[in-house]
Parts: sequence; C-alpha cells; structure tokens
Amino acid sequence: MDVLKKTPVREQDAKVRATNFEEVCLGYNGEEAKEEASRCINCKNAQCMKGCPVSINIPGFIEKVKNDDIEGAYQIISESSALPAVCGRVCPQESQCEGKCIRGIKGEPISIGKLERFVADWASENGIKPQGAAEKNGKKVAVIGSGPAGLTCAGDLAKMGYDVTIFEALHEAGGVLVYGIPEFRLPKTRVVAKEIENVKSLGVKIETNVVVGKSVTIDELLNEEGFDAVFIGSGAGLPKFMGIPGEQANGVFSANEYLTRSNLMKAFNEDSNTPIMRGKKVAVVGGGNVAMDAARTALRLGSEVHIVYRRSEEELPARVEEVHHAKEEGIIFNLLTNPVEILEDEKGWVKGIRCIKMELGEPDESGRRRPVEVPGSEFVIDVDTVIMSLGTSPNPLISSTTKGLEINKRKCIVAAEENGQTSKEGVYAGGDAVTGAATVILAMGAGKAGAKGIDEYLRNK
Amino acid sequence: MYKILEAKELTPNIYYMVVEAKRVARSCQPGQFVIVRTDERAERIPLTICDYDREKGTVTIVFQVVGAGTEFMSHLKTGDAFHDFVGPLGQPSELVHEDKEELKKKKILFVAGGVGTAPVYPQVKWLHENGIDADVIVGAKTKSILILEKEMEAVAGRLFVTTDDGSYGRSGMVTQTITDLVNEGNHYDVCIAIGPMIMMKFVCKLTKELNIPTVVSLNPIMVDGTGMCGACRVTVGGEVKFACVDGPEFDGLQVNFDEAMQRQQIYKTAEGRAYLAAKEGATHHGGCGNCGGND
Repeated sequence: MDVLKKTPVREQDAKVRATNFEEVCLGYNGEEAKEEASRCINCKNAQCMKGCPVSINIPGFIEKVKNDDIEGAYQIISESSALPAVCGRVCPQESQCEGKCIRGIKGEPISIGKLERFVADWASENGIKPQGAAEKNGKKVAVIGSGPAGLTCAGDLAKMGYDVTIFEALHEAGGVLVYGIPEFRLPKTRVVAKEIENVKSLGVKIETNVVVGKSVTIDELLNEEGFDAVFIGSGAGLPKFMGIPGEQANGVFSANEYLTRSNLMKAFNEDSNTPIMRGKKVAVVGGGNVAMDAARTALRLGSEVHIVYRRSEEELPARVEEVHHAKEEGIIFNLLTNPVEILEDEKGWVKGIRCIKMELGEPDESGRRRPVEVPGSEFVIDVDTVIMSLGTSPNPLISSTTKGLEINKRKCIVAAEENGQTSKEGVYAGGDAVTGAATVILAMGAGKAGAKGIDEYLRNK
Repeated sequence: MYKILEAKELTPNIYYMVVEAKRVARSCQPGQFVIVRTDERAERIPLTICDYDREKGTVTIVFQVVGAGTEFMSHLKTGDAFHDFVGPLGQPSELVHEDKEELKKKKILFVAGGVGTAPVYPQVKWLHENGIDADVIVGAKTKSILILEKEMEAVAGRLFVTTDDGSYGRSGMVTQTITDLVNEGNHYDVCIAIGPMIMMKFVCKLTKELNIPTVVSLNPIMVDGTGMCGACRVTVGGEVKFACVDGPEFDGLQVNFDEAMQRQQIYKTAEGRAYLAAKEGATHHGGCGNCGGND
C-alpha cells in the first residue's frame, strides 16, 4: 500500500455504463474502507472539518472505521448530516474536506467522500437509523421543500424535539436529489428514498402535492395552521434560456425538463408512461454539473452527445470527476464554442445548431477570462435535439405571495447566513432559494443554520 | 390519496369527476388548473378546474380521453382515488381581480369549444354569483358530444349552442355564431374563448377584426406545472411566457398559435403509441402495420 495514494475505488467500465443507468461508482468494501481509513493521520487541528459546510467530525468517524466500528462511525456522521449517503456521492469533496486534507500536501488526500458513502451504505444495509429526540417540545415548524436544505433543517429540528412538517410541491420528496441528479450518480430507491425514510424516522412528516404560495400561503401556515416558524428551502428551479432564434423549435428542452422527465418521471425506464426525446445527435449547452448530467443521460438513451461551452476546459464549472466520467463515456466536448441560432426544418423541428468559435480575452467580473467571439468563425453542428443547461433562478411563487419577505435583485430571498433569518418574523430560509443555484452540501449547511436560527428564535419567544 | 366521490361519463369520450382535495378546494379560483396522477407510474396530467365546493372540500374535473394517461383515468370509478392531485396552479382569471362594479357595466362573451366548456363554466358561474350575466356560446362537433348544457344554462345570461353538423342548436362553427350575434347588434367589451387551439386561433382572428379584446386559456405540454421545466413555454406578444405560472390565460390577440400548435406535436408519436398500448393491452403487437407495437 502506498500511503501517498488513495485506495482506488471500483467503477463500472465506461463502455458498459454508457448503455445503462446503474451507478457508475461502486464504492469501497469493508477492507478497502479500512485500508483507506488507515491513511488518516488523525490531525489534532483537523483542517478537513473546516472545509465541511456541516462540520462533520471527520477524523472521529474515520477513527471508528479504522477500528471496525462502522455503526459508531455512522452515529458520528449523523450528528451533523441527515444525508450522508447522498453527500458521499455528490459533494465536491475536492474543493471542501479533501481539498484541505494535510495528506493532500505531499500525496493524495484521504478519500473522505468515499469513506462517508461506505459508512452510510453499511448503515442502510444493516438497518441502522439516526438517533431521534428524547422528548417532543410541542412546537410546530413548517419546512417548505424537501430537497437537501429542507431535509437537513427538518432532521435537525426533529432531533431537537420539534414537530416538523415538510411541504413538497411535487408528488415525491427529495427535491433536486430526485428530479435533478440522475440515477447513475445517485440511486433513487437504494439511496435517496432510504435517507428520506431516516429523516421520517425522526418524526418528520412530509406532505407532498402542496405548492406553497398556491395551495396554501406562508401567512396561512403561521396564522391558521398553527405553525410557530417556517423554513423556506424551495430551491432555484426556474430554467434560463439564451434568447437566440429557434429556441422555441420542437426538440429544444431545458435541462430541467429533460432531467425531470428522466429522473422524477422515470422516462428512461421502459414501463414509464412519460415520453422523452431520444435524439440521434444532441447538443447540451453549458458546462456545469447539470450539463454533464443531461449529457450523460442523453448518451445512455442512445444519442451522440456534444457539450457546447463558451469557455475553455479550465473554466468548466462541473466537478473534475464528472467531466472525467463524461469523457470516458464518449461525450464530445465542443469548447470555446457558443450557439448563435437553432436551425429548424420546415415542420419546426431542430435540424442543427449554428455556433461561433470563441477565444479567451481579459478576465471578467467572475475572475475568469472573458470569452470573445472570433469573427467569421461560424459553423453548424447537425443535431436534432438541444438541451439548454444555463443555470436556474429562484421561483417567485413564494416571494410573490408572502407579505414582508424581502428579495434581492436576482429574486433570491434575503436571509442571514449564520441563522437563515429573513425580513419576516418567524420565517427563515436557506439553500438555492437564497444563494441561487449552488451545491447539495451548501444547501445542507444552510438548512442546518436555519434549524439553529429557528431553535434560538422559538426558545426566546 | 384523493378520493373520487363521483365519476360519470358525460359523453362516450368525456368524463366528469368530483374529487376530494381540501387544500385545492379551499384556495382555487376560476381559471386555475390542477395536475393529477392516477398511480405511481403515471404521467402528470394538467386539467383545468371545472367547479369547486369549498365547504365539502371537493374539486370537479372534466377531461377528454386523448392519450394513454387520460385513457387510464377514464376507468376510475366512484370510490377510487387519485394518487396525486396538486393545485391550484396558474393565475386566476383576470375577472376575479376586477372591480365588480366596473365588471357589471361590461358586456362579456364566452366562447367554449368541446371539452373547453368545462373551464368556461366556473367563470360564468362566478360572474352569475356576483350578479353578472354573460352571453355564452358553446360549440360542439355534434349533439352527442355536447357537455354541461344544463349547468351552463343555469348560470349564463343567454346561452347559444351550436353544432358543426347542425345536429343541435345553431349550425356551424362558433365563429359563425359570434359573427351572427355581432351582426344582430350585440356589442361586447371582452371575449373569453376556451377550446381546442385551432378554435381559439380562429376566434381570435375574428375578434381582432371585430375589435373585441379576447382572452384565451392555453393547455400546452407541461411536466411539473410550477415553472420549473419550461416545457409549456409559449410566445405572447413576442415574449416567451410559461403557461403554468404566467397563464394559463393570455391575451389571445397576442398569442402565437401556430408555434403553440407546433409545440403540442413534440410527443405525438410517443403518446400515440402509449395510448394504443394502453387501449389494446396485450393485443398491441403492431398489427396495424403503422406503429411497430411496443418496440
């Protein structure tokens, strides 16, 4: 064993997995996990914990793995995280815990994510549940949205003894974990549903099919339904389009629509009643994690897939692991390329995408070099499907129906970072609804802060 | 689960159901819609609300069988339940927000086509309850598929029924009746037309010439119904709108109907196959020679 290197993790072969929706990464077994855990030097002043938005006691749980006490490791993780099997799979560890790992200075950091996943999966397979509250305190809290922020906030509040109800607009709980992230990265039945069951086992109730702002308002929840406080974790779900000609053609989809059809509605499955376009050649516009998810979904549905991104590889916002997996599977990257028009046939269906080549100029306000068009470099990629993955913005359904709830110019809810407090008394918020589209773990961190804020508020009320 | 308290067939292809859905019944307004799912594997089907009873906590839906999803739904009976029933979604009709005294001064014309009669009904009823009588034209292809005539008669100021084939009431398309009423000296301040896309297109073409502001209710393809997927985008006055959150009602004179009709075709082949598979069950092997069966 080379202590400078990560214990390799088993994956499905790229050629095989490109044709199925099974999970790509197979995870560690007990032996591999113990071997990887033994690389941890148990730093006194653990840097990894500072990189974790929910401050998991990382050296603590790894120490338990070393000593074969996996249940103990699980209880340590679940003190801080309601969704360890999810985080072990989708967190950007390279820029968080693992990015700060001391081992990473000379060699490769500890595979903290893969160890977390191992512990969570082991607990799930062995029927271990997180520990709930000893006593209820009789106070009711409503949580809007059952994504990472809402589930975390609800779980933490339930552990403190609150009576928590989550309201979910869709027919299934999980938010982006269910409609956004594909099966091959995050299995729904085996992982997401189990973690949601764990949150419910703490006493949290989930009412699906309730669109807050339409079915019921926040003021009604507070004044008529007897809730003492509300946490808004409604996410950032509105898709953006480019505003170029041809965008209304048949065969142009938002990544949200495409992924929702495949993930939530199970359109990839033969026995689902929801249709999905299985294009011959697909262009996915954008370079984030969602773009990679849409591209790899289309590939698995049998399409030739091009990622069209206006900056270079270095600026791709997606996780390195996702880009690497996408390339292995055969996604074609058209970098420094920007769409200018979608071409339609005489019946209004997509027949191509006209693009222009870009080059990098001076850095812009984001600190990245600004892409500028190369004059006269237009060319056409023949595609029959275009998936727009340009990011999302918060849904105004809640802010527009809640008096006294301040929003900023990007339509995000204004909330304090440390406790989620909004401009309206008793109402707290966190996750993408506050920050705009970000990551699962940042939303979880905000859910945690919101739970702390609500607890302080209700104890002093 | 959302219990079906009453289910009946209005015509061989159109069904009526009263569903227990307390949250929806408590907050819905005329013009809004719901999304329903029959079971765990079913599609999410958007349907305009036809009626509601706040005290009983019920919502009435009327739907026509057009694909696999609605075919499954048509088999549900009194006592069965929907797996999911969410709403109210979309914006209420503008009428609801208008000053009632102003509204009383207006001459309002409703034009309902086919199953579009269902979403017109709660608006006419709402006006009636607020002491406003509106003229209503109901059009159907033929007498046997006419729905809600008695219900509409009870709440409309004047009701004009027309059938394309002349089998009942007046004869001809709804546009003919609009022309006749205007020629007879009737003046209208606003027209609300709900029915098949092609009907709304031609009503708007006519009312534009007649200078009657016209509102239509669109039913494009939707998935979530909360603004998340963008499948329902329509172009209104050159701007892209999402029918699920900005609509479903829009200024009909500004709607790009040709584009909207084209976008409705996206899953036609897939839906058609699923419908045949649902209807023909085990006998669906592609015997028609057209669709290739289940492969």
